[in-house]
Amino acid sequence: MSRVGKMLVLSMLVAIAAVSASSTGATTSGHRGGTMKLLAKAAGGTLDPQVNYTLQYWQLYQATYDGLLAFTKAGGDAAFQVVPDLAESLPTPTNGGKKWVFKLRKGIKFSNGKPVTVDDVVASFRRIFKVKSPTSGGFYGGIVGAKLCLAKPAGCTLKGGVSADAKANTVTVNLVAADPEFKYKLAVPHASILPADAPTSDAGTKPIPGTGAYYFASYNPNKQLVMKRNPYFKEWSKAAQPDGYPDVIQQSFGLTVEAQITAIENGQADWTLEAPPADRLNEMGTKYASQTHVETLTAFWYAPMNTNLAPFNNVKARQAVNYAIDRNALVKIFGGSRLAQPSCQVLPPGFPGHVDYCPYTKNPGTKWSAPDVAKAKLLVQQSGTKGASVTVLSSDDEVNKAVAVYFQSVLNQIGYKASVKPISGNIFFTYVQNTKNKVQINIQQWYQDYPAASDFLNILFGCDSFHPGSDSSINIAGFCDKKIDKQMKHALTTALTDEKAANAEWAKIDKEVTDASPMATLFTPKHIDFLSKRVGNFTFSKQFYWLVDQSWVQ
Amino acid sequence: MSDAIAGEATAAAGDLAAVAASPWALARRRLLRNRVAQTMAGVLALIVVVCLCAPLYAAHVAHTNPFRSNIDGTTIVGGKTVPVMKESTSGLGLGVTPIGPTWDIHHYFLGADGQGRDVAARLLYGGRNSLLIGAAAALITCFFATIIGIVAGFFGGLVDGVLSRALDVIWAFPVYLLAISLSTVLIARGVSIGPFRLESGSLLLPIVIIAVVYIPYVARPIRGEVLSLRRREFVEAAIGLGASTWRVLWSDILPNIVTTAIVFFPLMLAIDMLTEAALSFLSIGVQEPNASWGTIILNGQDLLYTRPAVAIAPGIAIALTVLALNVLGDGVRDALDPRAKLRRTD
Repeated sequence: MSRVGKMLVLSMLVAIAAVSASSTGATTSGHRGGTMKLLAKAAGGTLDPQVNYTLQYWQLYQATYDGLLAFTKAGGDAAFQVVPDLAESLPTPTNGGKKWVFKLRKGIKFSNGKPVTVDDVVASFRRIFKVKSPTSGGFYGGIVGAKLCLAKPAGCTLKGGVSADAKANTVTVNLVAADPEFKYKLAVPHASILPADAPTSDAGTKPIPGTGAYYFASYNPNKQLVMKRNPYFKEWSKAAQPDGYPDVIQQSFGLTVEAQITAIENGQADWTLEAPPADRLNEMGTKYASQTHVETLTAFWYAPMNTNLAPFNNVKARQAVNYAIDRNALVKIFGGSRLAQPSCQVLPPGFPGHVDYCPYTKNPGTKWSAPDVAKAKLLVQQSGTKGASVTVLSSDDEVNKAVAVYFQSVLNQIGYKASVKPISGNIFFTYVQNTKNKVQINIQQWYQDYPAASDFLNILFGCDSFHPGSDSSINIAGFCDKKIDKQMKHALTTALTDEKAANAEWAKIDKEVTDASPMATLFTPKHIDFLSKRVGNFTFSKQFYWLVDQSWVQ
Repeated sequence: MSDAIAGEATAAAGDLAAVAASPWALARRRLLRNRVAQTMAGVLALIVVVCLCAPLYAAHVAHTNPFRSNIDGTTIVGGKTVPVMKESTSGLGLGVTPIGPTWDIHHYFLGADGQGRDVAARLLYGGRNSLLIGAAAALITCFFATIIGIVAGFFGGLVDGVLSRALDVIWAFPVYLLAISLSTVLIARGVSIGPFRLESGSLLLPIVIIAVVYIPYVARPIRGEVLSLRRREFVEAAIGLGASTWRVLWSDILPNIVTTAIVFFPLMLAIDMLTEAALSFLSIGVQEPNASWGTIILNGQDLLYTRPAVAIAPGIAIALTVLALNVLGDGVRDALDPRAKLRRTD
């Protein structure tokens, strides 16, 4: 081709690219507006981003609050990547990994119009302890001064731990010891940066201003949660906090799951938070296949058993439950083998540290094959707990309730007197955490906060996560084995220098926790998002699931 | 003797016999002449007998344990072994559907519920519980309402004032609201009164709750009737002749009131069964794994799209039983109090 010809072709390509880029922009900007209508059976409890620990609201916090760092708002594995958010850059820690200095971006405002300052950042770190955030010990207990804050939350100053330099616009965080997962911990909603004058107790239903593309305009837990565009938002990082498409995002509460599915099919709503009931799945997978998105998850369904309360303060009683449950039956309750896989251990498949392990099956080894009810009955007999009364608690949605009824049947079969107590999803999660409520066994789900084995093992079964008498005691089983806890701390230290060796340690810990049986792992679920016909640009982040504001409704 | 004279003679003899017969014999005779009431009594008897046979059906016919989940189990349909809960293979392959009615009395005649349990067996067990709760509650209601009504109506004054106001307090609450409130509080925790402890799953709890909330509905009319009887000549004569209060109550008041209580019983039984079904449907009546017609409807609610039979079958059972009880109740009233007859059936 001649030089002129080459130039001509090149210029044509440039022109085409320019036209297509502008048309793409026009297309996407044309999708801006409208109201995204989300449905949930019940509200998710407090709206406070430093207290709430539910996927229901964590999903919405992605568009409303920012931390110094954030997980990338993108589909697939890219979502595990941590990027700077309110901080200008992701710093490299100094002082042997113990000192983190963040330079704050300028020009960012809260939804109430006030600019974000370093004082807000310091106050937000202190507030994590003042409001007794569920992860204050587990995630942020390694900050210098945190120990005192955990003991006396009201007077928390984090002296020597978190300090600001207004002139340099920087915030320095000092850790007691290097923490390879600290960047993840700064990217979850509990580390959201809030105005310094935010209430120093759980804000409950009163929305706190945030910096995201949206703000919470109103919240009535009996009716609706409404998010509107933040008038002061200007996109500073598409990866950390992209602008959203809908003008309004609302989550309405109260409809049954069946009614929610029907509403979505009829185009009266756009999405449901709830796991669809089994009898609607076939219809969704056939008639509405294009609106049904099935995604793999790093999560597990499990039944924590209170290790400090009879009969499950006896390890044999706990193991008996593990042997007795038919995980295939539980998979069927959840919707079938396309939606879940039986599991016996804590770490989900594909997760760092996961090595297949299943001692609680007919032929113990790596995979679950069938329940061993005879062995379970024998263990109950040996434990001396036969005939004990057991109450199974669950959230009151159809799937959780069905799992609880199944558990009741199994517990009765192996010699207990079991009853079921379904509780509103609005209070269930905090209710079961509080030891004062004397919960023996309940049905739970855990979805990763960040991609590290410690997020499952250390958070759910570490001694630091057990706070008797508190609603924020995520170690629901109350399991505290000093030896295993020491191993967890060691694995965290190993991860600083050798991630592979650390994962090997976590695999060993996973086995030990599974053997100690503070929980019965049920299955690894997949996630279903059922959307209305009008919803476009579905993006599923493996970190925080469907990015609600990145989809459009017009 | 001509036919006409013979007919008159027979009628006269019949009248004489009627005059001579006791009120109970008259009532029985009237009830036996009421064909519709008799048919409904037959239907009711059939339902009761079938429900009482629940353990026999489950153990020897269906060979199933209706209180145990059987999600991963199998059954036989048309000679082939099939899963009780079948996974979908079409489209995205999502969902699991319980087996539907097989119409084979030995294998899931009415299909399975969401836990893989035999609906037919649960329906029979559920019927036993629903009938037991309804009957026991109706009995308690009628018994206490009769006592309260008689005492309040006969003694009057302060006694009447206290009892009537107490009934008013209960009456002031909408009956379902009161039943739901009591059930929510008591069924979740059980009840402990001194050495007595009722566990949260005990059937006695819904029985007592339902019985209590309906007492004013029966006690009020009985009190009114006693007030009127108290002023009747034969009662005043008995008092004037020096009969003791106990004797007047036992011999003069109670026999005239008992028919009212009897008329109320089948009607209360029907209402109590409906209330039990409502409470169980709201998860605050009979508790899992126990069954009642209300709990089976609740289980069926989650399967309305794929297996509507689970909810429809107990619905039909409730409708049929309540219809039978209401028609029978009307018949009993017509028999015991012909002046209040609503419709002619003879």
